[in-house]
Amino acid sequence: MQIPCPLCGNRDLREFSIRGHALGAKRPEGETWSADWDDFIHNRDNPAGRTEELWFHGGGCSAWLIVDRDTVTHEVFGAKLASEGGQ
Amino acid sequence: MRLDGKGLIDRDTPVRFHFDGKAYEGFKGDTVASALLANGVKLMGRSFKYHRPRGVMTAGSEEPNALIQVGAGDAMLPNVRATMQEIFTGLETRSQNRLGPLDRDLMSVNDLLWPWLGAGFYYKTFMWPRAFWEKVYEPTIRRAAGLGRMTKGAPPDDSERAFAFCDVLVIGGGPAGLMAALTAARSGADVILLEDSADLGGRLLSDGEDIDGVPGSIWVQEIRDALEETGRVRIMTRTTATGVYDGLTFGAVERVGSHQSHIEDLPQECFWRIQAGQAVLAAGALERPIAFPMNDRPGIMLASAIRTYVNRYGVTPGENVTLFTTNDEAHKTALELVDAGIKATVLDSRPGVSPRGDYRVIDGAQVIGTKGRRALTGITYRTASGTHDLETDCLGMSGGWNPSVHLICHLGARPVWNDAIHAFVPAENAVKGLHIAGACTGAFSTADALAQGVEAASTALKTLGKRLRKPDIPKASDEAGTTSALWSVEGKGRAWLDFANDVTTKDVRQSAREGFKSVEHMKRYTTQGMAPDQGKSSNIGALAVLADATGRGIPETGTTTYRPPFTPVALGTMAAGAQGKGFAPERLTTSHKAVTARGAPMIEAGLWYRPSYLPAPGESHWRQSCDREVNMVRNAVGVVDVSTLGKIEIMGKDARAFLDFLYTNMFSTLKPGRVRYGLMLREDGHVMDDGTTACLGENHYVMTTTTAAAGQVMAHMEFVSQVLRPDWDVRFVSVTEQWAQFSVAGPRARDLLNGVLNDPISDETFPFMQCGTARIHGIDGRLFRISFSGEHAYEVAVPSTYGDALYRDLVARAEALGGGGYGMEALNVLRIEKGFITHSEIHGRVTAFDTGMQGMLSKKKDFIGKAAATRPGLLEEDRERLIGLRPVGAVKELTAGAHLFEQDAEATRVNDLGYITSVGYSPTLGHFIGLGFLRGGPSRIGHHMKMVDHLRGVTAEVEICDPVFFDPEGGRARG
Repeated sequence: MQIPCPLCGNRDLREFSIRGHALGAKRPEGETWSADWDDFIHNRDNPAGRTEELWFHGGGCSAWLIVDRDTVTHEVFGAKLASEGGQ
Repeated sequence: MRLDGKGLIDRDTPVRFHFDGKAYEGFKGDTVASALLANGVKLMGRSFKYHRPRGVMTAGSEEPNALIQVGAGDAMLPNVRATMQEIFTGLETRSQNRLGPLDRDLMSVNDLLWPWLGAGFYYKTFMWPRAFWEKVYEPTIRRAAGLGRMTKGAPPDDSERAFAFCDVLVIGGGPAGLMAALTAARSGADVILLEDSADLGGRLLSDGEDIDGVPGSIWVQEIRDALEETGRVRIMTRTTATGVYDGLTFGAVERVGSHQSHIEDLPQECFWRIQAGQAVLAAGALERPIAFPMNDRPGIMLASAIRTYVNRYGVTPGENVTLFTTNDEAHKTALELVDAGIKATVLDSRPGVSPRGDYRVIDGAQVIGTKGRRALTGITYRTASGTHDLETDCLGMSGGWNPSVHLICHLGARPVWNDAIHAFVPAENAVKGLHIAGACTGAFSTADALAQGVEAASTALKTLGKRLRKPDIPKASDEAGTTSALWSVEGKGRAWLDFANDVTTKDVRQSAREGFKSVEHMKRYTTQGMAPDQGKSSNIGALAVLADATGRGIPETGTTTYRPPFTPVALGTMAAGAQGKGFAPERLTTSHKAVTARGAPMIEAGLWYRPSYLPAPGESHWRQSCDREVNMVRNAVGVVDVSTLGKIEIMGKDARAFLDFLYTNMFSTLKPGRVRYGLMLREDGHVMDDGTTACLGENHYVMTTTTAAAGQVMAHMEFVSQVLRPDWDVRFVSVTEQWAQFSVAGPRARDLLNGVLNDPISDETFPFMQCGTARIHGIDGRLFRISFSGEHAYEVAVPSTYGDALYRDLVARAEALGGGGYGMEALNVLRIEKGFITHSEIHGRVTAFDTGMQGMLSKKKDFIGKAAATRPGLLEEDRERLIGLRPVGAVKELTAGAHLFEQDAEATRVNDLGYITSVGYSPTLGHFIGLGFLRGGPSRIGHHMKMVDHLRGVTAEVEICDPVFFDPEGGRARG
């Protein structure tokens, strides 16, 4: 499996590590515990199919990416820099 | 027997090799199997369970019978297929699974017991007593059954791993694969062509067929020349594609040196990881045997294999050959044999079939028995007119062909049953980007193979956006043959399905009768398909027999799951280069040579190596060294390399805000020239790491992390900066490797340092927690007044180039002051005496509250983990919280990992109140000390409790105390 890093091009899976669903990029406001925080830390959908995830190119350029891929077929549709808001 | 004028072997180059200690001669290009057959050797091994004599059955990588040991000593490889191992001068091979000589195997007594040794025999028989399972039954059974022998030692690390990339990967060098490769290369694609045997051509080398009016083998050579001419094709023969993985990544094993005499530095095998843009699978098909009674004697083989031996190797496996077939294929073999002057008779199960040449056909015939102890001497067959005997020394069987669907099923797709050819074929689009061509699609004619090769490549090239340049499709036979379904023949005696694991039709039927009716259950109950050949010749036959026994159709019965690898791969090949030092990289500090020269035993800290202690002359026990080193630091001065701690340089106008967000405590108030201890949480409110950060200038910081968490913290900082706070102007980089940093600790630390600093320091110019640049022996470096030992201490950093020189100089100066270098053991004792935590304590499940550092959570700002740390459950008084311990009973020792109980409570899980994380003998205090976590910890200070180490069998009475054992006011570090 390869991930198309926007900075490095197509790179082997082993250069990356996964953090989970892209919702992990949406840190809630507020400094006290709330349902939003609970969702952010603990509750994730685990969709069978196409989804967006956070991946770290630790064995490459150190970019955090939002990867669009299918969790069933493992097909990768694309990757964007998380620093650009996944745009 | 060799045939004159036949074969593609090099008759001018004779080769001598050994099999079971005896020398044989063959020719360059022979396999062990073809060379032994040429020498009249038919008996090549003993079967798995019954120890029956076995000969070669196939001429390819699917061979179930002729498995041999190759090589000697620890380099010996078991279960090598004699059909794939090419001979070379000096090759040593041995037969397997025998007690005594191959032709008089003492274990063949098992064959007489066969009525009792059917499927499930072991499960049902060796049940009691339970204690015998591991000690008696298993070792005995393992000795009696099995294939090759493992070597005891580690095999030599003599293989390699490599990576390759291409636009189009073509798997299979037969007619379909060759045309696919040619089409792709001429259209401008970079191509890798894999062929698992020694030469390109596939069945074209075995079947005496013409293409474009020239013999197949000549045409193959012409195409090979054409492929090389394009300059775009990497032809990899002796390379087996072993697996298909996500995103068109392929595994492949190349036999680099294992087919020839030893050449210095040439690897035996190479494990390739190939990344393809598109791929073409042209894996061909495998002929299947027929399960007729006693179908396993040496001399019984596949009809197609006989053609291969005749045409490719110039060998006939018999002089009076009989062929038993359900289809047209065996007639090809008969014609080839007749052409070579060998007598052939065809028994065709179909009625009304007539010969195509000068050989006899007995139609509507089925073989119902065979004879010959160590080799076939005759068969019994049945026709409408009754049973007849026939003398023969070789029987070729053909039950039709199975398309090689393995690789297309590796990602989970199931093959589809095709009634016309009585076989499974690949499902449509089973693997995106992997296009199929030739016999593996179920199209068995050469003309189809050539056309489909071009077609599959065209589809691939279209996806890649290449401009298509199709070659002309050569003229070839369009005969695909017809077949009838005949899976097994009833009669007296066992009919083998899986030769490699000794599974017969009786076993499969018994499995169905006993309730194991699913194909997956049958497989596991009978072990069918679980041998090194993974059932390549037996899976379809076995499931046909199962379908029949359960009254279902074959498609409803279904196949088992196809998994990589396609052929066995030595683990040593997959792990090539990973033995010994190749297992993991080593990170060495600049002081490595100096400390190892002093005989320091090294311990691993992640990938780093650090000295455990530095033994002085006369010391015979590590504790002597450790105690001395602790005393040295407390009373004089010690030096230790701390370069392994993560060092991250942070800059930018938002660096301060960034640190405030990362750390729980305030850093924006830190002035240039000052250092502060900081605590980092994960977003879930638990401690991630701790360390000091120094402010070197306006918007310029250097952070230290623990050795263990350096990578994790770096990735975390990247996450925070890129994902959570992408608008902040902050940049950071790891400088761990760039700086050599040494701790100089002890009452005489400053005296020592002033000897190396160009500008001496004093308490006034350089107070506790001060930092700044410094010149050390004229070198620009950095100085930090921080302490991990509780002593008056500094850390001095210089560019790594100077690390070795500075370490040696610091240690020499320390020794002159009554101190010296120290190691990890002493460092650990020193920090436990001070109650400083490491990752033994912040192991991922503790909060700041648990470690007594709740006060470090700032109320004035947001930080990572702030919201989660407020959860009531993380702030309960009764949580397991940091405490110190010391032994107070008869047992004076503490052990890390031990658990804590009330003194009168039973030491069981329900009474467990806490555990010990770090221990050490404190020479300063004269007794063992420890840190641990205890329910309601601080409220139990002064209590006596019971420490129980179930693992080491140690119980001790302990007193709970404050985690800071030494100098609680911290005056020594400040003074």
